Amino acid sequence: MSRFEYAPAPESRAIVDIKSSYGLFINGQFTDAGDGKPFKTVSPASEEVLAEVSEAGPADVDKAVRAARKAFDKVWGPMAGRDRAKYLFRIARLIQERARELAVLESLDNGKPIRESRDVDIPLVAAHFFYYAGWADKLEYAGVGDDPQPWGVAGQVIPWNFPMLMLAWKIAPALAAGNTVVLKPAETTPLTALAFAEICQQADLPPGVVNIVTGAGRTGQALVEHPDVNKVAFTGSTAVGRAIAKSVAGTDKAVTLELGGKAANIVFEDAPIDQTIEGIVNGIFFNQGHVCCAGSRLLVQESVYDEVLARLKRRMATLRVGDPLDKNTDIGAINSAAQLAKIRELSQIGEDEGAERWSPECELPANGFWFPPTVFTGVSQAHRIAREEIFGPVLSVLTFRTPAEAVEKANNTPFGLSAGIWTDKGSRILWMANQLRAGVVWANTFNRFDPTSPFGGYKESGYGREGGRHGLEAYLAH
Amino acid sequence: MPTDTQRLEVRKTYKLYVGGAFPRSESGRSYVVNSAKGKFLANASQASRKDARDAVVAARKAFNGWHARTAYNRGQVLYRIAEVMEGRHQQFSLEVSQSEGLSISKARAVVDTSIDRWVWYAGWADKLAQVVGSSNPVAGPYFDFSLPEATGVVAVLAPQDSSLLGLTSVIAPAIVSGNTVVAVSSFERPLPAITLGEVMATSDVPGGVVNILTGSASEVGPWLASHMDVNAIDLCGIPSEDEARDLEIAAADNLKRVRRPAEEDWSADQGLSRLTQYLELKTVWHPIGV
Repeated sequence: MSRFEYAPAPESRAIVDIKSSYGLFINGQFTDAGDGKPFKTVSPASEEVLAEVSEAGPADVDKAVRAARKAFDKVWGPMAGRDRAKYLFRIARLIQERARELAVLESLDNGKPIRESRDVDIPLVAAHFFYYAGWADKLEYAGVGDDPQPWGVAGQVIPWNFPMLMLAWKIAPALAAGNTVVLKPAETTPLTALAFAEICQQADLPPGVVNIVTGAGRTGQALVEHPDVNKVAFTGSTAVGRAIAKSVAGTDKAVTLELGGKAANIVFEDAPIDQTIEGIVNGIFFNQGHVCCAGSRLLVQESVYDEVLARLKRRMATLRVGDPLDKNTDIGAINSAAQLAKIRELSQIGEDEGAERWSPECELPANGFWFPPTVFTGVSQAHRIAREEIFGPVLSVLTFRTPAEAVEKANNTPFGLSAGIWTDKGSRILWMANQLRAGVVWANTFNRFDPTSPFGGYKESGYGREGGRHGLEAYLAH
Repeated sequence: MPTDTQRLEVRKTYKLYVGGAFPRSESGRSYVVNSAKGKFLANASQASRKDARDAVVAARKAFNGWHARTAYNRGQVLYRIAEVMEGRHQQFSLEVSQSEGLSISKARAVVDTSIDRWVWYAGWADKLAQVVGSSNPVAGPYFDFSLPEATGVVAVLAPQDSSLLGLTSVIAPAIVSGNTVVAVSSFERPLPAITLGEVMATSDVPGGVVNILTGSASEVGPWLASHMDVNAIDLCGIPSEDEARDLEIAAADNLKRVRRPAEEDWSADQGLSRLTQYLELKTVWHPIGV
């Protein structure tokens, strides 16, 4: 099948006004960093420098935590829930009003296709603030007792794969519960968090309720280890999550961790094949595979293996890799040079260990960080590509014969974040969902998110849930 | 020396309870257990690293069957524990009295509360999913629901002071939802724990669901905290802050769910926090359409 030719359909970036440099957002004001070295954030699709961003050192983090503490004690803690609710509703509306701008900014800084930032990320961001806004004056109905209390100051560290969405997952429930926050966005994707700081100003949010400190691991560590932080929330790699769990040991800090995954996406012979192929593609190639719950291990029942693989490859050949701001683009840029190097290294190991690698013919742009959609066949459970999180558009395919074998292979991992099931048989879906040791199970769909729906992992995928009533519970002492 | 009319009592040998059986410690070690007044009561087995590992293997083996049982059935099994304890009321009262230095009437009250606690938790088995789970009104054509599930093997370093009520209060909330447990009893007051093991063995609790080790939590705790097949750990029997911190650090290696030690009143109503501590929440999505 020859590829359809599309005329380019670029989204204008004129809607976004990126400043040449940004300070930290502390106590309601953008301030110059005291003790860190500024760094640059680039567009991963072109390597163009977008802006210079401040690095918060320990003294800056301390300033931010103090501002958050003061706001908690004097303003946000004592405030009536209905007023906190109104601030969150305001923020939700401002996000909707500026949705187009935020989507462009997100795609520029992160490299993800505008189709995803526009249609998935930013609408979900607004939805999270709406959802949790409604909780702010109903905490006693949240099922954690009649007088639940906020922890105090929440220190939050988020990753680069869904910069604005992860911010919403963290900030919306924290504020609804009455906590104040200091949030550190990832060093490669700080711009939408800084835009969010402006939104807080537009909403007249009291100073210090939200503070944004930019920087890398050192800044995050200073935040997590700050003695006046009461609650730590982290989304990111299992290695860093483990380090955080160690660093808060022996303190009375509350912690939630949302870490890595290696999800099994399980296809039975009676699966609706067209939807399944779309589901496999969505499961692993959504957001370039930069998804902790990505369906990176495809388990196909042997009897339909040939057909599934043939159709999957045909579908992969139609995926369009390129400019994130083009509305036709399916797969955007890899977020950073470092991440690209990691994906390349693990893929090479996959070949070296004997798995067979396949990618459709695809022309990659000359500048920026790119990796073609890739599938590995002949993968065994011992292969590193079947065990380690690659966090890129790389799919490993394994086979099974019986449902019991599918369960055993799916659960044979230290992770337990998500899983997928594709079959027409309802009783099998429910049986499988029961057996799988994973926090989210998608049946005949994949990578769905909603603010009302709890999300989080078993085992080494971390602890605590985000979203829904359970996500609120994580921000309440009870 | 007994006289003709006075019967010489048969003393009990106190052993570990692992996988439904009563082995001695593989290390061959035992230690002297004295009453609160300093009188010799028994030699208890002193659990070793190998005993702890055997207990984890037994708990893991029992997990699949136990958490797959219906909630109704698990509730029945917990209630059965209370029934069997009631029949051994006198034995428990005597052991609690000797261990904790309580008057026999006070010890009886402690046993009453312990039995009632099993009954309270038994009733939670088939209500947890309704209270903790949810149906999620997502903005799209999907049926989306969340259900609580057991997290797996839970290591419990039981309270040092409260030999029976404390132990009951930390084991019952873990197993009622389908977890299996490896518990290290109070070091100085281990006898009620072993008798509780005998209750487990003679009620309907499958072997391996509850495993009880007597010995030092400080010695065995680190092996359990660092064990990669343990999913959660309750540190309440470790009063030393430094030790508790070290165990929490070891537990981070496989991201165990950790319950930190805190001041607790074992006679008070327990609430939901211990129940929910050892639960995972599973969310299932399915499209709606024709």
